[in-house]
Amino acid sequence: MASGIKDKVVILGMGCSKFGERWDASPADLMSEAFEECLADAGIDKNQIQMAWFGAGIDAYNVGSSAMPLSIALRLPNIPVTKVENMCATGTEAFRGAVYAVASGACDIALALGVEKLKDVGYGGLPQRTRGVENDLYWPNLSAPGAFAQLASGYRAKHGVDKGDLKRAMAHISVKSHANGAKNPKAHLQREITEEQAMNAPYIAEPIGLYDCCGVSDGAACAIVCTPEIARALGKADLVAVKALQLAASNGEEGGYNRWDGSYLKTTRIAAQRAYDEAGIRKPRDELSMTEVHDCFSITELVTMEDLQLSDEGQAVRDVLNGDFDADGRIPCQIDGGLKCFGHPIGASGMRMIYENYLQFYGRAGDRQLKDPRLALNHNLGGFPHQNICSISIIGRYD
Amino acid sequence: MSGITAYGVYIPRTRLIRSAIADANDWFDASLRGLAKGERSVCNWDEDTITMAVEAGQDCLSVLDADSVNALYLASTTLPFLDRQNSVVVSQALNLGDRLRTMDVAASQRAATSALISMLESGDVKGNSLLLASEHRRSKCGSRAEMLWGDGAAAVAVGSENVIAEYLGSESYVTDFVDHYRGEDSIFDYEWEERWIRDEGYMKSVPLAVNRLLEKTGVKASEIDRFVLACDQGRTPAAVAKAIGIAGHAVADSHIGDLGVAGVAHPILLLTEALENSKAGDLILLTGFGQGTDAVLLRVTDAIVHKRPRTGFSSAMSRRREDANYNKFLSFNNLVDRDVGKRGELDKQSYLAAMYRRKDLLTGFIGGRCRSCDTVQIPKEKYCVNPECGALDSQDDHPMSSVKGRVMTWTADRLTFDWNPPAYFGLVEFEGGGRLMMDFTEVESGTMDTGVEVSVHFRIRQFDNQRGFRKYFWKATPVQQ
Repeated sequence: MASGIKDKVVILGMGCSKFGERWDASPADLMSEAFEECLADAGIDKNQIQMAWFGAGIDAYNVGSSAMPLSIALRLPNIPVTKVENMCATGTEAFRGAVYAVASGACDIALALGVEKLKDVGYGGLPQRTRGVENDLYWPNLSAPGAFAQLASGYRAKHGVDKGDLKRAMAHISVKSHANGAKNPKAHLQREITEEQAMNAPYIAEPIGLYDCCGVSDGAACAIVCTPEIARALGKADLVAVKALQLAASNGEEGGYNRWDGSYLKTTRIAAQRAYDEAGIRKPRDELSMTEVHDCFSITELVTMEDLQLSDEGQAVRDVLNGDFDADGRIPCQIDGGLKCFGHPIGASGMRMIYENYLQFYGRAGDRQLKDPRLALNHNLGGFPHQNICSISIIGRYD
Repeated sequence: MSGITAYGVYIPRTRLIRSAIADANDWFDASLRGLAKGERSVCNWDEDTITMAVEAGQDCLSVLDADSVNALYLASTTLPFLDRQNSVVVSQALNLGDRLRTMDVAASQRAATSALISMLESGDVKGNSLLLASEHRRSKCGSRAEMLWGDGAAAVAVGSENVIAEYLGSESYVTDFVDHYRGEDSIFDYEWEERWIRDEGYMKSVPLAVNRLLEKTGVKASEIDRFVLACDQGRTPAAVAKAIGIAGHAVADSHIGDLGVAGVAHPILLLTEALENSKAGDLILLTGFGQGTDAVLLRVTDAIVHKRPRTGFSSAMSRRREDANYNKFLSFNNLVDRDVGKRGELDKQSYLAAMYRRKDLLTGFIGGRCRSCDTVQIPKEKYCVNPECGALDSQDDHPMSSVKGRVMTWTADRLTFDWNPPAYFGLVEFEGGGRLMMDFTEVESGTMDTGVEVSVHFRIRQFDNQRGFRKYFWKATPVQQ
């Protein structure tokens, strides 16, 4: 019986670039910005890194495929570098590779770095791209907001929620994330908005409006991980450990078999339960101090609260409007602004979430610092509601 | 006895109000105002000669056993492919198997009637042959043609069992009369003077062929109950009828005012209306004009009452959506250089090997039914999608193009590139099982919701303008109440 990853690996250092429309920054610039912060934080020399995992989510958009963009950008000393790509779960995938390498004893110190350079394409939104030779022949003509907007129709149909109430809850989610992002100097969007603005913004994909969409950003984030013993030997105190790392990938059932009702994310439910089990969490509502979830669109965050068991089924609208996930609510969500305002450079996002956990645990989160956080859950969702990859990481204090 | 055994109709839902054409263009040509009466049918951006032919064929097959079809002829002067047999695409979309004869018939407004004569003259053969006449003509901005033409398709089946209109005979008069032409490098027709076409063309050519036929069959002109002459000159059919001696009430309405003349498809469209309104014993004289005249004489049988197709002419005419957006019509017909934005620039290469591998899904909308657990699924893949089954290579072909479904989840997307935004799509759950995330088309704003009943339709999915290719797939359309 596998014992899981809990407390086997700790974070030695982390770094994150400023996210945003980084017109003057190349992918290599973004990588080195995150890496230099991370290396200084870890207090080690570059040559002490023995293996690296490199995540970039939209293959070949500027960053390029294979291990080389990272190895060359950072002039790594010919160590093994593995490129990973798993849509929006890419950052967490890179982290998972590095953590597993350390846990296995294959190396002592490993680097995980995720990066994305989205703002070189010349238009807003995610780059229009091929979905694969065969898929392009019959997949619908859908954008990311178009795919996720459908959650709203499924959720409304299942729970009989009024269109206006759901839209108001979606607006509340975005208003909250903008308020949080305004306190984060590295965030892409640092401006507060009103519920009225969110409600009345032009539609992108019904019922998703402009303010229901996350930022499309350039950025990079990275982590250096090692065993608790090595961290202590290097002089690190108050360690932050990995409690769970889980991934669930759709197998086509939601979109192809007549069972799923379109109102929730099946993979999130599966990955969340596995992660709670791995971390030994029995009552997530009582035990989690904070969550960073994949709020690519406000509706995704709303249904994710139920999928993570933080709201009862059908009650997320009520809980959201009640402020349960606001900065001063029972479980703050996106205290750093989330994908919505910190931004969403695909390959970096999973690691950006862990970066915020890390800052919060060390009391380095500035104006948005939470009081005594102990356990954080991060959630990414790559793909579409009907077929996707969900990654969940749980990070906490090493006791 | 051989003759016509079934018919079917497809007319695009959109009807462009002609005053919109005049409003946009009469500053340049004041004479357009005089033609600006009524409306014309126009293809949606994702419709063409092939997709309309499939629809008309499906309508015809609603009263005809698909297994009986041993030949398919597609008649048109606007075939999307000059070298790729268009009729094969249509036959595969209709799931007619791989043992039938297929042929494209083109290059004249007489194409459909000439094909029909060939089919009728081939004698008593087992089974049915299917003629699909379909037309989507391009016309210049602000032209008379733009005003008077329409888009549409019609189908007739020919066979010797359960005949609804008996074949009595045919005649053709052939002459190189060039009233208009379209050269191989041209997009648009070039026409000569209307009055000359009337006097030297219709008025001479049609009576010549018709009189030969009447003489041959021993039928008097006054006995004709329906006279079909497709013509974009409003008064000419009646003038021709009078010259021949056919009663004025027998002259078929050309539907210039509420449909527009749909080229090669038009004689067959008017024939379907004639059949729809006929009773046993009626004599129908069908003509086709273009470099001469074809004339076909038919006598309606008792079986006509049992062969009403699902849609037919009058229902296709009444299934309409009025549109006054002339600019949209120009866009759909590539008459303006629209800025499609950078999202529209994506390379749309069609990988032909992959397309061929997936042809059953793409063209036939064929899914799978698992032999182990009976689960229906689309696409058909290696392992059964039922998580409690998962059997390998267990699925039989399961055609789903006639299966209705219901919308589970949906959206109207304004970000993605679409020729007619917003792009509607969503997850459709089919009756009897199977679901697919797919594009929708013909959605009226404000009417889409979870639970809406849909049927699937063969449509253009994408144009690859870089390489002159177009991809087809099936889209869901709300079923009209």
